[in-house]
Amino acid sequence: MVDVSSSQSHSRPEALPDRQSDDLRDVARAHRPIPKGKVLLWVVVLLFAADFARAVGTNENFGWPVVAEFFFNRTVLEGLWVTIWLAVVSMVLGVMLGLPLAIARMSNDPLAKSISGLFVWFFRGTPLLVQLILWYNLSFLFPEISLSIPFGPSLAAWSANDLITPITAAIIGLALNEAAYMAEIIRGGLLSVERGQKETAEAFGMKPMRALWRVVIPQAMRSIVPPSGNQFISMIKATSLVSVIAMADLLYSVQSIYNRNFEVIPLLMVAVIWYLLIVSVLSAIQSRIERYYARGDQQRVVFDNPETVTTQEEAPL
Amino acid sequence: MTATTAQAPILRARNVHKAFGSNEVLKGIDMDIVPSEVVAILGPSGSGKSTLLRCINRLEEINKGFIEVDGEQIGYKLQGDRLVALGSAAIARQRSKMGMVFQSFNLFPHMTVLQNVIEAPMGVHGVKRRDAVELATSLIEKVGLADKLNAYPRQLSGGQQQRVAIARALAVKPKILLFDEPTSALDPELVGEVLATMKDLARQGLTMIVVTHEIGFAKEAADRVIFMDGGHIVEQGKPEEILVNPQRERTREFLRRVL
Repeated sequence: MVDVSSSQSHSRPEALPDRQSDDLRDVARAHRPIPKGKVLLWVVVLLFAADFARAVGTNENFGWPVVAEFFFNRTVLEGLWVTIWLAVVSMVLGVMLGLPLAIARMSNDPLAKSISGLFVWFFRGTPLLVQLILWYNLSFLFPEISLSIPFGPSLAAWSANDLITPITAAIIGLALNEAAYMAEIIRGGLLSVERGQKETAEAFGMKPMRALWRVVIPQAMRSIVPPSGNQFISMIKATSLVSVIAMADLLYSVQSIYNRNFEVIPLLMVAVIWYLLIVSVLSAIQSRIERYYARGDQQRVVFDNPETVTTQEEAPL
Repeated sequence: MTATTAQAPILRARNVHKAFGSNEVLKGIDMDIVPSEVVAILGPSGSGKSTLLRCINRLEEINKGFIEVDGEQIGYKLQGDRLVALGSAAIARQRSKMGMVFQSFNLFPHMTVLQNVIEAPMGVHGVKRRDAVELATSLIEKVGLADKLNAYPRQLSGGQQQRVAIARALAVKPKILLFDEPTSALDPELVGEVLATMKDLARQGLTMIVVTHEIGFAKEAADRVIFMDGGHIVEQGKPEEILVNPQRERTREFLRRVL
């Protein structure tokens, strides 16, 4: 209340030479002082970081010379390659299976809906480690795998022991698990697209699949890509679980080395750095993909400036 | 623009009923539309006029009666005396004869203006890319947006978006153009440009069904005005009869309120 009355008493500005004072007030010439607190915080944080880097770098227990020695070791690189292709293959299969699962889950067909629901329920609801072990030991559950008419004669049969190797068990386990998560991510993305879009596509005579492919999915990608990147990254790390079924991935490779030379920490550091490198490359790729699918979403209003419009080119993928 | 009633109708609706659950929205609509006719459907909100339009394109399924466009029953096929429901591919083919303009434009936001307009001709009608682009470019020019070919919808004003949507609907060379309250979502100062484009089309002899609140458009551009209320067609006739000298009390009351 005191403030109000005092400001009212000053309500009439003093008569300054108007023109000059108006120029002084032009915000275009304003200075922005550097906040001292922020600078101080930067200095403190950088000091701590430098000290931590020094502590890690000079700590002999990390065995950096050993890290350097084994970083490009043949066994490590082979394990790295296994990790990468296993992750990529599982991701591709996961997306290929996850997409129809998501579409089935959203359909009006009770059969498709419940099969998809059951799949997601099972593979999301059990630990990946257990799934991998079960796939690897499939021959124990089903010694023979056969293609047959339900309750009828068998058309073809294979021995589960021949079929299931560490590689097939790893791919099946990771891909099915991935499919369950991708199905949910894709479903979320499809739900985020406004209903009118599908309706419009169909009103113009597009068949449902074409409407989905040309109109709904491209728009859903905006909300599918970020969680998928997340999912892919956690899957790359999950591939390390396949070391339990004797699949020679990155983690398994460094383990096999430190079991011989007992340099446990340095070799784990090798693996850690490689994982971080893969993930950094992936994050960069992800942000390019995100930019691509954000085209058409620039909120800049350019009603009367065709030049600005023509420069809105699609980000190269 | 001059519609002779002797022509065979391009659209026939007979005793069309539509209910959402227990809520009856259309209670027996009969309607004939002849080629090149421009029909404005007026009525208070909830009168069923938008639903009728959506039933013609089978965005909604009707419960009783039938709708026929260009001699084909929408959504069904008569085989002998058995009426069989069509599958989604056959329905898509029937829809491809119509163009629709929505209240909220519904342009595809991930496609440029040009891509929006060539999508259905190329993807549905199998038009070659070069021909589709040529037609699309001339249509986009016609709605006055030649400089916006490569813009994305979000970079355009509402009025510009709706004009693109009209070009998109024209690009499929529709037998009937359906307009679902095309100016209702626009700022008042943008309504004029869209109405001008529509009047232009009406003069060119396109068959148009326009659900609208724009009495002015109905008066100037329509051959016939249909007034709907409570799921019924209350009255219809030439704009100068219905809008100036309505016979029914319900119509008079509505016009008093909107004018």
